Amino acid sequence: MVTADSITRAEIEDFLYEEAALLDRWRLEDWLELLTDDAEYEVPSTDAPLSKTGDALFLIADDFNRIKARVKRLNDPEAHAESPRSRTRRMISNVRITKLQGADIHAAANFSVYRFRYGYDVRHFVGHYHYILKVEGRKLKIRKRRAILDNTELGAQGAVSFIL
Amino acid sequence: MSEQDSFIIDDPENLIFRLNRRTLSDPSILDEERRKVFDRSWIYCGHASEIPNVGDFETRNVCGRPVIFCRDEDNKVRVFLNSCAHRGAQVCRERFGNARRFYCFYHGWTYGCDGRLKTVPAEDSYPPNFNKERLSLREPPRVEGYRDFWFISFNSEIISLDEYLGDAKDYIDLVVEQSPSGRMEIVEGTQEYDIKANWKLLVENSFDDYHLVSTHKTWLDYMKDSGVQIRAPKGQGLLLPTHGVGKNLGNGCAVIDNINFRGRPVAKWISIYGESAKEEIEQIRQELVERLGEERAARVADTNRNLVIFPNLVINDGSSVTIRAFWPLAADKMKVTAWALGPVEETRNARARRLDSFLTFYGPGGFATPDDVEALESVQLGLQTWRELEWSEMTRGIDKEGEQLNTDELHLRTFWRQWNKLMTQVA
Repeated sequence: MVTADSITRAEIEDFLYEEAALLDRWRLEDWLELLTDDAEYEVPSTDAPLSKTGDALFLIADDFNRIKARVKRLNDPEAHAESPRSRTRRMISNVRITKLQGADIHAAANFSVYRFRYGYDVRHFVGHYHYILKVEGRKLKIRKRRAILDNTELGAQGAVSFIL
Repeated sequence: MSEQDSFIIDDPENLIFRLNRRTLSDPSILDEERRKVFDRSWIYCGHASEIPNVGDFETRNVCGRPVIFCRDEDNKVRVFLNSCAHRGAQVCRERFGNARRFYCFYHGWTYGCDGRLKTVPAEDSYPPNFNKERLSLREPPRVEGYRDFWFISFNSEIISLDEYLGDAKDYIDLVVEQSPSGRMEIVEGTQEYDIKANWKLLVENSFDDYHLVSTHKTWLDYMKDSGVQIRAPKGQGLLLPTHGVGKNLGNGCAVIDNINFRGRPVAKWISIYGESAKEEIEQIRQELVERLGEERAARVADTNRNLVIFPNLVINDGSSVTIRAFWPLAADKMKVTAWALGPVEETRNARARRLDSFLTFYGPGGFATPDDVEALESVQLGLQTWRELEWSEMTRGIDKEGEQLNTDELHLRTFWRQWNKLMTQVA
């Protein structure tokens, strides 16, 4: 049984690998099942990686309603930026438990995400995740995920039109 | 086509306006437009709020030149070309910060934040005619500001910024009047992204309301799901729920000016903001009315304006205030920089609402901008056929007398006429 104080790095790794696999397969409805109903998803602007939503302009600062709206949009063939859908491949590594705080499990991981579309050059998103995970009904759930890009500008990566 | 030939067929009497697609795809056009368009116009450099204190600086690339946008010891906004008088290295390599000196690490020359050369290591090895006074950091020929928006020009003969902005000044005033003290500020966090498309396509896109319904169907759905009325009224020739017009503001500047339906932080509540925001937005509205009077307050708070300052500055004043400048990297590639602007007095809640509102539509992770990017990149791919398909149609509204709709193309034609004028002028 998974509990917050007995959680291991390997369990978190398994969880993040599963999440990455769902996202790479565009199983967005299933991905939503991994989130708590107060989940947040954030991508800060590249020049303000440590800032707070509400104080600074982000690339993405979704509450759970906005995340659901984002998934609805991405499942619509008229979300032209992802229609046809891009192919993504996520490499998740350097997974660490950084803090246990009550029921919250803080975890960090590096990411290297490749996005392919049409005949374009590959678009390469590199950075790290901050997760706040929770145990809900014996399962890990995502309370917050922040993807912090190392790219000093989004630049040639263009848009974050998929779930990073 | 020879160099002085027109890039447009502009024949309103016969209801014809066509744009030669070469302007958007031929690499040989780009060098020419850097000289004839960018170097002859007023170009946005930065907002005074980015450098509030003496010694504050921002470095950026403007018109293909690295520049330092900074505040000198007399509290004056200055712009310097970021290149050492000695060998040319950049004298400031940080993106932003505060400095009383700019130091070129290559040979150790040091400049003050007024641009004057202060110290040169081992100066006694230079001959007697070596003169530090002559070797200050170079400034662009013209630097002028309007209500904290600072522009530079590499054309020393250009008309004043005030005259250049012309009727566009009214629209900047409408932005600034949203602050009780008349002070707006750039919010922390910059969106910087490339689009694989010609920069002029983003000019068109920024105030083309004709594309909204088909390109942004998912955004309109999101608005509808959030309780916003998005259906166009019947029988008025409108594509969108409210009336809007396109206007020529002179010198290539133009605007679309629409009755608001998509909410405004200052100050028009819509359901997306939530019930809890109603009271504060009503208070912001009340302050506007007290300060500006009923009519002007309604002008500020009940219309949305997408303003293009020729050639490459866009101010979208609506569900947020977006400042967007963009630069050609190649004929088929541009770099976009976007900032959020807000009143300095804004409460934390109001600021959060503004930023949230920005992201519902704008930016690389917004619900609309990525689809614009897709449209522009798709145009650019299609334009590889420019030798076979030479002309684009741009005649919406051309047969109308008087008012032109936001979904017409008067404002696009305004931009292109100015661009064409500059490109075909014999120097």
